Amino acid sequence: MVAFLLRRAIQSLFVLVGITLFVSFTIRLSGDPAVAMFQGASAPTAEQLTTIRARLGTDRPFMEQYLAFLGSLLRGDLGTSFRTGAPVADAVAQRFPATVGLALTSLLVSLVIAIPLGVLAARRRGRPADFVVRVVSLVGLSFPNFWLGIMLILVFGVYLRWLPPSGYEGPASLVLPSLTLGLILASTTTRLVRSALLDVLGEQYVVTARAKGIREHRVVYRHALRTALIPVVTFVGLQIGGLIGGVVIVEQVFAWPGLGSLALNAISFRDYPMLQGTITVLAVFIAAINLVVDTSYALLDPRIRYA
Amino acid sequence: MRRALHDPSFVIGAVLILGVVACAVFAPALAPHEPGLATLRSRLATPFSATHVLGADAIGRDILSRIIFGARVSLTVGVVSVALAMLIGTLIGLVAGYFGGLLDTLLMRLADIQLSFPFILLAITVIAVIGPGMWKVIFVMALTQWVQYARIVRGQTLSLKEREFVQAASGLGASHARVMFQHILLNALTPVTVLATLGIANNILLEAGLTFLGLGVDPTIPSWGGMLADGRNYIERAWWVATFPGLAITVTVLGFNLLGDWLRDRLDPRTST
Repeated sequence: MVAFLLRRAIQSLFVLVGITLFVSFTIRLSGDPAVAMFQGASAPTAEQLTTIRARLGTDRPFMEQYLAFLGSLLRGDLGTSFRTGAPVADAVAQRFPATVGLALTSLLVSLVIAIPLGVLAARRRGRPADFVVRVVSLVGLSFPNFWLGIMLILVFGVYLRWLPPSGYEGPASLVLPSLTLGLILASTTTRLVRSALLDVLGEQYVVTARAKGIREHRVVYRHALRTALIPVVTFVGLQIGGLIGGVVIVEQVFAWPGLGSLALNAISFRDYPMLQGTITVLAVFIAAINLVVDTSYALLDPRIRYA
Repeated sequence: MRRALHDPSFVIGAVLILGVVACAVFAPALAPHEPGLATLRSRLATPFSATHVLGADAIGRDILSRIIFGARVSLTVGVVSVALAMLIGTLIGLVAGYFGGLLDTLLMRLADIQLSFPFILLAITVIAVIGPGMWKVIFVMALTQWVQYARIVRGQTLSLKEREFVQAASGLGASHARVMFQHILLNALTPVTVLATLGIANNILLEAGLTFLGLGVDPTIPSWGGMLADGRNYIERAWWVATFPGLAITVTVLGFNLLGDWLRDRLDPRTST
């Protein structure tokens, strides 16, 4: 068990080094940040450029800069924004809860929808209820998340006026964005719960449980579903990355004050430290969640420890 | 083939895709108006009228015509990006699985990275540097997605190279290239086809998302993602501007998803439901 977790942790570390290296390298390709700082202002003199390069440390070789970035990252320092001159870490810390909160609420929404529907479809296999669930989930899978968001705004924000159409004005603002992402994530999860449960319902121990005269409801929810949820946990873990990607887009639809809009604003202002900081924090977060998910399913399923 | 025609997934999927392909190919003949033509009198014209069947946008451009032309962008991005990723990924996966060694280790580590770094973040990073544009979006997709195909082909190759018919071919003196391309590749293509079909659906969604964020296709070219970005701004006054392009995306993506599902059920009986 310990060996498994250690191996997984080292693997995550490799992934993080890969991602940060890629992001730093790509962003360095964007040109000289010293020149970028003079954007819109009068042309800088060669002397000014040299001073700024020395201050930013961009006159040093790439690997040296990268190691310096990693060093500061470990101390929680993400550099200084080109635009505001304030620490990137402060801006990221301020927005982080909005993005993670939205992602986790969406995940919860998707599970609340997907588990009962998946179970329903599996128990009524081949019957009309199963067919309806499968068709609806396939259509849901084909919705662009931002379009679903716009449609929800149209119905609940503009016409019915039940919910705030955008921005962040307390918990009610969370409903539409998390419903948008949750519904789309639920489409895939429902299909998975259905097929995982169908696999398990044919197992010997389920047949035994039924033969013992345990009520069907209990057989499904207590005996079968517990095993069926193992692949679902794995899948949900793999979806975290995609979910964060979805959050970035949906934040724009709802003017949600999270990391996605921070990154997009950073692009339009060519604020590369801000962009690098935001992407790095999101990548670390995703890698951490994946590690937690792997650990939890190693705990759920003893077979995985020997894999 | 007869059986396929009785399967609703195949029939509906194929009809939807053929419809979108027809729109893309015959766009100039099908569109009632010039897609870029802005008519002042038609600004935010309501839908279901004789002149503008699906209404007009904020500067008076016909929405139906723009949707018909927009099919070109979505299909080009979806098909070309997947074709490139599939080509690169299949070759690398084949060589990595067949010879193993350093290339194989490197491939698996890359796959780990790719799995935990969402495409949108990666695209944002790269496009922030190289700038937006349709071909750049295709480039970023191919650059990041080939790993998925390589992983699958590698796995197939690993198991296929131990099979008797492949061993026999090697034993009879077939060259590595011949064994790889003639005996392994053809048999490894089955799961790749499924992944590619679903990949087209996924990339059409991603392109629309990037264009919506202003990081994709040039706003002067009619594209569904761009139309949605416009529509978002007028949502309080004109529901149709954002509604119809989104339906176009959903219908197209649904077509590829249906076909991909059908292929998966046909080609891999284990996952059939």
